[in-house]
Amino acid sequence: MTGGLLRELVAAQATGRDVVLATRLPDGAQELVGAESSSSRLVPPGDVSTARAIADALKTGVPRTVETRAGDIFLRPYIRPPRLIIVGAVHIAQALVPMAAIAGFRVTVLDPREGFATAERFPGAELVKEWPDEAMDMLGPGRRTGVVALTHDPKIDDPALTAALESDAFYIGALGSRKTQEARRERLGALGFSEESLERIHGPVGLPIGARTPEEIAVAVLAQVIGALRM
Amino acid sequence: MDPHSRHTNVDPVLAQAVQWLDEGRRVALATVTRTWGSAPRRAGSHMAIAANGEFSGSVSGGCIEGAVIQAALEVIESGTARTLEFGVTNEMAWEVGLACGGRVHLLVEPVAGE
Repeated sequence: MTGGLLRELVAAQATGRDVVLATRLPDGAQELVGAESSSSRLVPPGDVSTARAIADALKTGVPRTVETRAGDIFLRPYIRPPRLIIVGAVHIAQALVPMAAIAGFRVTVLDPREGFATAERFPGAELVKEWPDEAMDMLGPGRRTGVVALTHDPKIDDPALTAALESDAFYIGALGSRKTQEARRERLGALGFSEESLERIHGPVGLPIGARTPEEIAVAVLAQVIGALRM
Repeated sequence: MDPHSRHTNVDPVLAQAVQWLDEGRRVALATVTRTWGSAPRRAGSHMAIAANGEFSGSVSGGCIEGAVIQAALEVIESGTARTLEFGVTNEMAWEVGLACGGRVHLLVEPVAGE
């Protein structure tokens, strides 16, 4: 790899541009391919399946080796990390934000209430002090976004969960006891969500590890989010 | 570690490699290209190695890093990329095999020139 190519790769990551580094293994020839690239030097002309593998790697982030007429090509995608939207700048969120950041998530904390989503309580975190209706519209959760609602307040949690259910979010979780969950299901059901759709909500939230403290609950939630992403 | 430093999406191992280049040091990059069985690091994992043997990142749970550093130093000298294979079937299994019984393919390449 040339130093120039390495710098280009790092610059792509820094600016959030999704790319695939293609390496022809027999001779080490390399090329950086982005979603906007219409052609590739390494892919033999007319090799549709390799072009498709590159597009697939850009979407999934999963590396693979493909066999081509010109020899094996290793595809290493570098795509933006998954995102976790935490609704409710509460005590659990204060533990969950740094943990999720260490695990490699881009984290956004959303809470419209005065005094909750403050830089003092969440140093360095991306904070959105808006109501979830508009905020979720702006954030546009996709297939690589998880949403967890932690406020216990239906005025805030419900619109966030509604937006999450209408999206392709890979994970949706909501804090609350079984009783709270049941009441929530009825409210969201009344909005027209099917049973099947409501099954997407993990609640009570987090893996059952007997978590008691806010920090332990954050571990249980993060483990469940990772499970939803990877399994 | 400040977790918020992770808000940048740059792979810290690649960032380290760039920093070494900026300091005028010679660098090789090892990448897991393929795994079988219970290999500890997924395909795509990076390890950057400087010419003095300093390294960052990992390509296994620690079992083959020593051998990979050795290969990387040779690659820095020769300027030619090479592929490596480690696993229980490897002839060096007794010395630098994977204890987990997995098998990995690696690409070790020099990072040099513009």
